[in-house]
Amino acid sequence: MPTTLDMATTELREVNTTLQSAAKAQVNEPYVIVNPRGSHAMACGLDGPLNVTVKGSTGYYTAGMNKEASITVEGSAGPGVAENMMSGVVTILGDASQYAGATGHGGLLNIKGNASSRCGISMKGIDIVVHGNIGHMSAFMAQRGNLVVLGDAGDALGDSLYEARLFVRGTVKSLGADCVEKEMRAEHIEILKELLERAGADAKPEEFKRYGSARTLYNFHIDNAASY
Amino acid sequence: MDKTPQTLPRQSWTFSNETNSEIRRAAATGIYDIRGGGAKRRVPHFDDLLFLGASISRYPLEGYRERCDTSVTLGTRFAKKPIELKIPITIAGMSFGSLSANAKEALGRGASAAGTSTTTGDGGMTNEERGHSTQLVYQYLPSRYGMNPDDLRRADAIEVVVGQGAKPGGGGMLLGQKITQRVADMRSLPVGIDQRSACRHPDWTGPDDLEIKILELREITGWEKPIYIKIGGARPYYDTALAVKAGADVVVLDGMQGGTAATQDVFIEHVGQPTLACIRPAVQALQDLGMHRKVQLIVSGGIRNGADVAKALALGADAVSIGTAALIALGDNDPKWESEYQKLGSTTGAYDDWHEGRDPAGITTQDPELMKRLDPIAAGRRLRNYLNVMTLECQTIARACGKSHVHNLEPEDLCALTMEAAAMARVPLAGTDWYPGKPGF
Repeated sequence: MPTTLDMATTELREVNTTLQSAAKAQVNEPYVIVNPRGSHAMACGLDGPLNVTVKGSTGYYTAGMNKEASITVEGSAGPGVAENMMSGVVTILGDASQYAGATGHGGLLNIKGNASSRCGISMKGIDIVVHGNIGHMSAFMAQRGNLVVLGDAGDALGDSLYEARLFVRGTVKSLGADCVEKEMRAEHIEILKELLERAGADAKPEEFKRYGSARTLYNFHIDNAASY
Repeated sequence: MDKTPQTLPRQSWTFSNETNSEIRRAAATGIYDIRGGGAKRRVPHFDDLLFLGASISRYPLEGYRERCDTSVTLGTRFAKKPIELKIPITIAGMSFGSLSANAKEALGRGASAAGTSTTTGDGGMTNEERGHSTQLVYQYLPSRYGMNPDDLRRADAIEVVVGQGAKPGGGGMLLGQKITQRVADMRSLPVGIDQRSACRHPDWTGPDDLEIKILELREITGWEKPIYIKIGGARPYYDTALAVKAGADVVVLDGMQGGTAATQDVFIEHVGQPTLACIRPAVQALQDLGMHRKVQLIVSGGIRNGADVAKALALGADAVSIGTAALIALGDNDPKWESEYQKLGSTTGAYDDWHEGRDPAGITTQDPELMKRLDPIAAGRRLRNYLNVMTLECQTIARACGKSHVHNLEPEDLCALTMEAAAMARVPLAGTDWYPGKPGF
């Protein structure tokens, strides 16, 4: 039986303290949070293998800086879900607001709905799978990791991109500075196949296009000033 | 045969030799000048203030007998574990990457020996720095290079950097020549490429978001750590008020003389306000909110000696922070490297091409051979000595003003030498009881 934490009667501090302690102690019992009521900073800073399910929608920074824990939101998530995640799995059954997975270093962020603007901004190794569409300026200055989009991407995808890989099945409204379409090689098909399987996505790797950095802006040169 | 008298060749004030040299450099390269350090132009500063000292109406303390305390506690508003410092002088944030590992270690050693804190920078926390710093403030910057929850928890305080005095509104760029394998690994980027630091945080916009971001940081760290918010000297009244509103324990206010690792010269010299102009508006904001001394104020940007420290405290700061001065104490711009500065087209005291990674003193470099020139133990000792001297100087002035704690210094202890300084510091022009803007005049 999972342990239930009711946010109608329990303060955020107590909820997070309970979850953080359980994760650290590596207790093998799941936790369920009910009545989240859009609370911010929920289940953040977990540091250990713990299963947490949130029954409803959450506010800002859900699962922030997560390590190892598996957190599922049975609703939508506010801005900055799984920001700076290090490892583990965060699943959003609904939509995600801005900055989903921002600066994440590792783990999997699996968004079953759509993600708003700046999804994967400055990502540093995280894998993000969005089953729907993503908004403008997604993967801005993305450094490492993979962003997979089963739907469409908004304006300026991958602007000022570094070494992150972007896979989009639908249309891309526009590419950002220094982001170009690249050849989908066998190694990329393998990466994508594995990610789609982990995310439970109903799509074939061959349906996607790959985008990455043209690497022309890696070292400042005056001739490129108009691109900045 | 008599010669016709000639007027001496007259240099233009507007088109000085220095200005002309920059025009020629720009014309040759097509790119703006980038350099390290803070504003070099002359601006109203602490030199334009004087202490009045004791008199019949003010009773001094005996210099070698009566105590004058210097301790400061930072983070008393919300943090379970505020920072306790022996002296009101901290070491400002400077990154591993822009500085060598030896320099970071020396900063930690010197600060710890003097009983104060040091601060990470845009590049994450190194083990050397953590190991040698008894009190370490972990900067939370827009780039989030190296950011992770483990380092967040092993920090003693967290400083959310919104801006800095050298470039309020600007990001940064660490040029590729300083990006070694270690620096690159810490920043999750390839070796040798320029590393841009964004000017805005990636996951919050505005003070309402910042309040929630601070909530998250507190939740992750169990509400133990003081949360600082660092602002550049742009709009100090409103930025301080908004930082308090967002939940800061401490506000760090950096004026335009505050240094940077690398920024456009035009940005450094033409954006932001002098440190002296920023302090009173920030203190006013704290007072208007009933938060003066409850939210602590740290002032930085051009602090050089104990008199500067005392003046900043008298204007309402709780502590000061030093960056450039700390580097000089370590050995930056030392005359013993003059011949090498000249080879780099500079001279002692003017060397500011820190971004190029060729620092003869081994401080602002990642070159293994240059780095060896800085002995972190000896350099740390120099920094400790310097911090001790500044503290003694500050105490000397405070005692002369009759104060048993340096925090008891107040604007009443000061006068100004210039109209500008009087207006900015809101203390009377020397010999008068008036300053520009004083109510009732």
